[in-house]
Amino acid sequence: MNKISLAKMKRNQKGKIAEITGGKALHERLTVMGIYVGREVTLLNHSMFRGPVAIKAGRSIVALGFGMASKIIVEVE
Amino acid sequence: MIKKIFLIGNPNVGKSVVFSRLTGVNVISSNYPGTTVGITKGYLKLKEDRVEVIDLPGSYSLEPGSQAEEVAVALPRDFPKDQMVIINIIDATNLERNLYLTLQLIEEGYPLLVCLNMCDDMKHRGITIDTATLETLLGAPVVETCALTGQGIKLLIERILEAGPGQPQKRSSQERWLKIGEIVSHTQHLTHRHHTLREMLEDISMKPFAGVLIAAAVLYFSFKFVRFIAEGLIASVFDPFFFNIYQPVVLKISGLLGKEGFLHHVLIGELLNGRIDFKQSLGLLTTAPYIEFDMVLPYIISFYFVLSILEDVGYLPRLAILLDNFLHRIGLHGFTIIPVLLGFGCNVPGILSTRILESRRERFIASTLISIGVPCVALQAMIVALLGQFSGFYIGGVYLVLFSIWLILGVILNKTLKGFSPELLIEIPPYRLPQLAVFLKKLFLRIKGFLIEALPVVLLGVFIVNILLFFKLFDLVSGMFAPLIQGLFGLPKETVIALLIGFIRKDVAAGMLLPLGLSATQMFIAAVLLSISFPCIATFVIMLKELGIKDFMKSLIIMIITGLTVGGVLNLAILH
Repeated sequence: MNKISLAKMKRNQKGKIAEITGGKALHERLTVMGIYVGREVTLLNHSMFRGPVAIKAGRSIVALGFGMASKIIVEVE
Repeated sequence: MIKKIFLIGNPNVGKSVVFSRLTGVNVISSNYPGTTVGITKGYLKLKEDRVEVIDLPGSYSLEPGSQAEEVAVALPRDFPKDQMVIINIIDATNLERNLYLTLQLIEEGYPLLVCLNMCDDMKHRGITIDTATLETLLGAPVVETCALTGQGIKLLIERILEAGPGQPQKRSSQERWLKIGEIVSHTQHLTHRHHTLREMLEDISMKPFAGVLIAAAVLYFSFKFVRFIAEGLIASVFDPFFFNIYQPVVLKISGLLGKEGFLHHVLIGELLNGRIDFKQSLGLLTTAPYIEFDMVLPYIISFYFVLSILEDVGYLPRLAILLDNFLHRIGLHGFTIIPVLLGFGCNVPGILSTRILESRRERFIASTLISIGVPCVALQAMIVALLGQFSGFYIGGVYLVLFSIWLILGVILNKTLKGFSPELLIEIPPYRLPQLAVFLKKLFLRIKGFLIEALPVVLLGVFIVNILLFFKLFDLVSGMFAPLIQGLFGLPKETVIALLIGFIRKDVAAGMLLPLGLSATQMFIAAVLLSISFPCIATFVIMLKELGIKDFMKSLIIMIITGLTVGGVLNLAILH
């Protein structure tokens, strides 16, 4: 088990969210959208120049900024 | 007794479609989160009572993230619980995420009716939901609907009275997700399916390289298509009507009025060689309807036709991802593309929809940039007509100048304004095939909206110009501003009137440039100035309302400085 930031995941890699660093507000906003500690996510796409990353969490596809993605720590195989 | 029904749910679950079905009130719905930014009210007959139904902006939770969400949360909170019912609309294809808000609503003790919407889509995606079990586990009635077709709406109405107040309780967000996991595992059944063509398309349009190519192609063809439809409409419908049917009628009226006098001047305007020239006569029955119906309306129809398709398919949030990086340089994030695109139709809904942005700073930058650098479709139609007679090169030039202003002004604002802009965080909806009935209704709503709002103002604008001309006040006004217009912008002083009328409506203002015989470069500068100078009165009012007086004044000063600078620079660069 390795812990890396969500921004560093590879395409189609699966991981489980271990921690959301950053402020309480961010934690809250992500949580209500279904991105919370313990959730399994799949990375779908990166964009060029540290642009937003797209992930699949449950049945939703969510795009989030690179900075935000860097604050989400995931456990990967 | 129930007095109000609130429609609450996550963004993009179809609240507005359910609302239309319940009340018969038509509202605009699209396939992206944040279509509804304000509240809409309608009425539903429930037994003998008329109950108010309120469509609220979408929200993920009872803790609001943007201004639009704040409205959604505050309204039901401030209303007595025993006089209301909340219809919680859920996207059945995404039960888990949607239930977070549902549980919060239950915990608050609201009388709740759950509407499991998009049930048709559920089947395509291999999902079945055990509604009866869900009802037991939630302790609230659950009804399956497909609002697009109207299926299940009758049952939904019948069960409204079953919703009763619940026992308030407390849960942490972690406990909530645990509970949701439990509910979902008992009620939802997924069958494994192979990837469909749709899912492949959804995937590919977000990939970095393929996505950019697709975006370029989509935008190029949208633009082509808008022109193709508009020009087709003008050539085959509106031109024949005006020249073959309408012109003889107006000529008759002109004859009846004796071809001169005040009334003739106001209604018909000046005759050129005894004939009516729709572009130059300047009468309420000649130039005003010609500008609005033959020059602008075809573009309104074609623009909203294409925009509505893009909206309903669900492409726009994908465009937001691709443009996020670029927009961050000017202090905005990718989602701003939606207000901007709406602004290209009309600045008013564009600026209203900046409510989906999270911070005041973003809203200020976006509103200012939209009002300066995004010409509405009415003005664009006129620019195409005005400059197209010289060369398409000039039309492209206007867009290039506007785009440069966006970049420069955006970077300056981003560097000088305090604070920082938040990052992108949006849900990407699945692609959906637009439903013809819903699509046509939306198109009709928008065209009707345009006619109702634009026509009176257009008539007023032409009337004012008429009066100025008749009483020879024209020279007085243009003389006042002549040094500025001639000296700084290199334009003849007659253009003053056009620029001033721009404050009322941009398309009429552009129409005033038609008879002036400007050179190509003068027309070019005038067109740019019309786009960036003062917003039209409708935009003016909405900006004041949305930004507040202080920020609005700031924005106005930026506009004036930009207008003077750009006009001056263009004049120096081109004319001298």
